Amino acid sequence: MSHRVVTPGATVAARASAAIADDQLQAALGNLRTRLFTARAVATSTPGLKDSAAALRRETLADLPAWLDRAEAKLRELGVVVHRAATPADARRVILDIARHEEATLAVKSKSMATEEIDLVDALEAAGVEAVETDLGEYIVQVAGERPSHMITPAIHKTLGQIAHTLETRADGEQLPVEHEAITAWARAHLRRRFLAGDLGITGANFLAADTGTIVLVTNEGNADLCTIVPRVQIAVVPVEKVIARFADLPTLLPLLTRSATGQRISNYLTMITGPRRAGEIDGPETLHVVLLDHGRTRLLGTPYEDMLACIRCGACLNVCPVFRKISGHAYDAVYSGPMGKVLTPLLSEDGTEGRELPFASSLCGACTEACPVEIPLADLLVRLRADLRRAGPIVPIVMDELPEREPVHERLPGEGFDSPAADAPLLSPGAPRSAHRSVFRAWARAWSSPRGYRSSTGFARAGARLVPGGWTGARVPVLRAWTSSRDAPLPAPRSFRERWATRDVDPW
Amino acid sequence: MPTVGLFVTCVVDQIVPQVGMAAVRLLEAAGCTVEFPAEQTCCGQPACNAGEPEAAAVLARHWIDVFGGYDAIVGPSGSCVAMVHHWYPRLLGGAERERARELAARTFELTSFLADELATLELGARLDATVTVHDSCHGLRNLGVRDAGRRLLEAAGATLVEMSEPETCCGFGGTFSLDHPEIAAPLADAKLTDAAQTEARWLASSDAACLLHLEGRRRRTGAGPEPIHTARLLAAGLER
Repeated sequence: MSHRVVTPGATVAARASAAIADDQLQAALGNLRTRLFTARAVATSTPGLKDSAAALRRETLADLPAWLDRAEAKLRELGVVVHRAATPADARRVILDIARHEEATLAVKSKSMATEEIDLVDALEAAGVEAVETDLGEYIVQVAGERPSHMITPAIHKTLGQIAHTLETRADGEQLPVEHEAITAWARAHLRRRFLAGDLGITGANFLAADTGTIVLVTNEGNADLCTIVPRVQIAVVPVEKVIARFADLPTLLPLLTRSATGQRISNYLTMITGPRRAGEIDGPETLHVVLLDHGRTRLLGTPYEDMLACIRCGACLNVCPVFRKISGHAYDAVYSGPMGKVLTPLLSEDGTEGRELPFASSLCGACTEACPVEIPLADLLVRLRADLRRAGPIVPIVMDELPEREPVHERLPGEGFDSPAADAPLLSPGAPRSAHRSVFRAWARAWSSPRGYRSSTGFARAGARLVPGGWTGARVPVLRAWTSSRDAPLPAPRSFRERWATRDVDPW
Repeated sequence: MPTVGLFVTCVVDQIVPQVGMAAVRLLEAAGCTVEFPAEQTCCGQPACNAGEPEAAAVLARHWIDVFGGYDAIVGPSGSCVAMVHHWYPRLLGGAERERARELAARTFELTSFLADELATLELGARLDATVTVHDSCHGLRNLGVRDAGRRLLEAAGATLVEMSEPETCCGFGGTFSLDHPEIAAPLADAKLTDAAQTEARWLASSDAACLLHLEGRRRRTGAGPEPIHTARLLAAGLER
């Protein structure tokens, strides 16, 4: 990977420690605090909208292959060239072939997590095609040689001073004032020249409407407009779950996305592309390609992880996550960070090596589940993943034999809910292999499923604790070190509740 | 008034039995008859959260056996009660799931049992103290217990002062606080700092484990008001 390492370390713990010790990063992260309240306000203020949007997302997931076929047929009818890419390598190959065929030299990109997922910018540059990120936040991290640290606000990990310093490297010796408007004005002028020179426009998609074949892009800078108006050729990289059933679903889904992402009722710009330029039109791409990216997604259909595909990439779960707000995105060392990244990264990992630590780096506080505008039970999925990750190799989710019967969403009233496979599959799956970790927990559970085993094991600990006065210890002895490295540890009380109950010693002090 | 099976939780039984005693006194003040089924051990949450559902299920089945006969089961910990409510039906399948669901419907977090289920805010407790309340996560988000503790404290005469982020996690998270102390400790610091700014005398919550994490950190840094279980504060205000 060619990206500069922002928070170094081989493990989540090491990177988290580095992030927590980075004063500039901690200062920059303070900016997320306003978003915390935005996300919470959405979670509590628009229940009807949430339920409707959540149900709409499940409607397409319930029969995703059919909706994809429908979307593809419509796109072809409009004259769009449709490609299916099973893996990131397939997607890169398709896109590089197009770039070569079109003899493209400069690709202008709007913000897209899917292109991060397939490392598209690196692939283009390696093939001799210059690729420029045109979302200001993305441009900043590109110039810095980094990855975005947040899917909505990619440069949230940088202070204004760091941003000015970063962009100066492209300013031909000009000094940029440490001031929002001046920096933005410089970037606007600088990027405008790139837009006009671009011969390949690359976008993602926030939604793809199956009935009209419309690609929908949400931006606050209008850069997706420019990426799709100016270049001769446009490529939209569309992960398969972005398909929605109907164009008419947008009035439900769009405001929920923008409110959850930034608190806006609607974004500053809304770009909708329905087919390439038609005869008589003055702008738009002559050729429009859509790359439908699977990358392990359809494998999740019919499993308890299917809910994860409802995600609309709003970033609300990142903004409310106490862990994310402390360690920032780079500590996850993954394309997707925060709670949704902790779930998605190990699920998308082809060889099962990526993100295995991530689901364990959560306090399971559930703020993510509460904030999610499409009602993905993120905390529950983290617990389920922990169980599945105790096994070696890639996650092989159980496919559920009996999926709940699902009726079409448009035949229900808004807020009537949906069927979530995660809630229905028992967490216990048969045939889990043995491991040292499993043996320890089994032995503990067996001992504590009898009152005698419980009493004898706790009595042993109590006898040890009686040797230490005061009820607390800071001793960094092996069995306690994970706790006492940062906190004093409480010791068992001199008499347990059950002992005191036996003598009715009810003094609460 | 009902007979209550006290689900004291292993943390309270072993480390802070005073919380269990306080729960008994409050339930009795509300007119309940309290029984303590001595076969109870642990709800199994540590195993569930550590990715060991099989071990968790062993303890869940034991818990269901122990408490199955009670009409009302009350515990002084939102997180352990949430294990029964939220995870038992997800952990188990088939007939066991149905049984777990039935039992979960009769299992309550202590403050919510008093304030909502019995609708008894007036327990005879008198408190002259400023208190800031931390909403422990699982009680808040899995059980929807938001203001029961606050209402009980106010009815006892306590002055409540809110933190800027009462609903933000304290960083405990069970096994998380052992796997990631480097993150858990600064989250405790943030909570203690937020609480310190209220100038309250007490930092109250309805979850003993969160409080032990906060108190353990506070003993290192000296920051913030004294963490205490809501039940202990209320019981201290009862006539002896």
